[in-house]
Amino acid sequence: MAAKLKFESVKVGDEIPKFEVKGVTRPDFVRYAGASGDFVPLHYDQTFVEAAGIPTVFAQGMYTAGLLSKALTDYVGIGNVRRFQVRFATRVWPGDVVICTGKVTNKVEKNGEKQIEGELSVLNQKGEPAIKGSFRAACA
Amino acid sequence: MADKSAVGKTGKPFTMHVDWSKVREFARAIKDPNPLYFDQALAKKELGGVPVPVTFLQTSAFWTDETSSPGFGGFDLRRILHGEQEFEFFKPIFVGDTLTGVTKVADVLEKQGGRGGKMTLLITETEYTNQKGEKVALARATLIETGQAVKA
Repeated sequence: MAAKLKFESVKVGDEIPKFEVKGVTRPDFVRYAGASGDFVPLHYDQTFVEAAGIPTVFAQGMYTAGLLSKALTDYVGIGNVRRFQVRFATRVWPGDVVICTGKVTNKVEKNGEKQIEGELSVLNQKGEPAIKGSFRAACA
Repeated sequence: MADKSAVGKTGKPFTMHVDWSKVREFARAIKDPNPLYFDQALAKKELGGVPVPVTFLQTSAFWTDETSSPGFGGFDLRRILHGEQEFEFFKPIFVGDTLTGVTKVADVLEKQGGRGGKMTLLITETEYTNQKGEKVALARATLIETGQAVKA
């Protein structure tokens, strides 16, 4: 929900509760394509990717980033994210397990607001990073 | 190959209406069942309006065309990877808002890459203003043009 974390009760090193998707699917990528307007065929057109020498379609980076943002807003509350940054590493393939996590690395006061900063990551079932990221969020 | 001469170029401003159906569709796509996206009365009480997901500004793709892009100074779109994405938020964005976005080329950098040889990084920034003239968000994208065609 929207409730802010209490600044005093957050400690550096606190972990964002894990959000895990046990096997992303091609329909997930199609749904994200329609929702976002990202119609790059690499993410749903098997004929196209095979012609490009790629074995199968793979997730839009921003689809995976969206799953990660859900883990973050579940923790800090919707409406409290001030900054969200992601860097894409390894690709996410159909069937991959996607594990979204993160932790608090700093507590600051910025623009008259109590805020926490932290790192974010998405790992696959082999522990390889699909995304490395960071965030800043407002607390109460 | 893109070069420094593109830095500072801006695209034509584009308009983006924040529509509840799109917000609901987007929240479902990212597997977020949070009732604040789906229950207007609850969202109004808790936040003052129905919020948008953190990465929702990506849906600007539905509102832009080639004139909103600053022109990427010869970037080869067949060799482009989305390397990085960042959002900063200054004010809340709600369903019903009308946003104006302006995209500019913030930087062009050259880097030595691994598999693809020399890489060129293109950093674009899109600033969003709401119908009250308030700056609400900044979206920063890093696109990578690899030295050769991208392979798996």
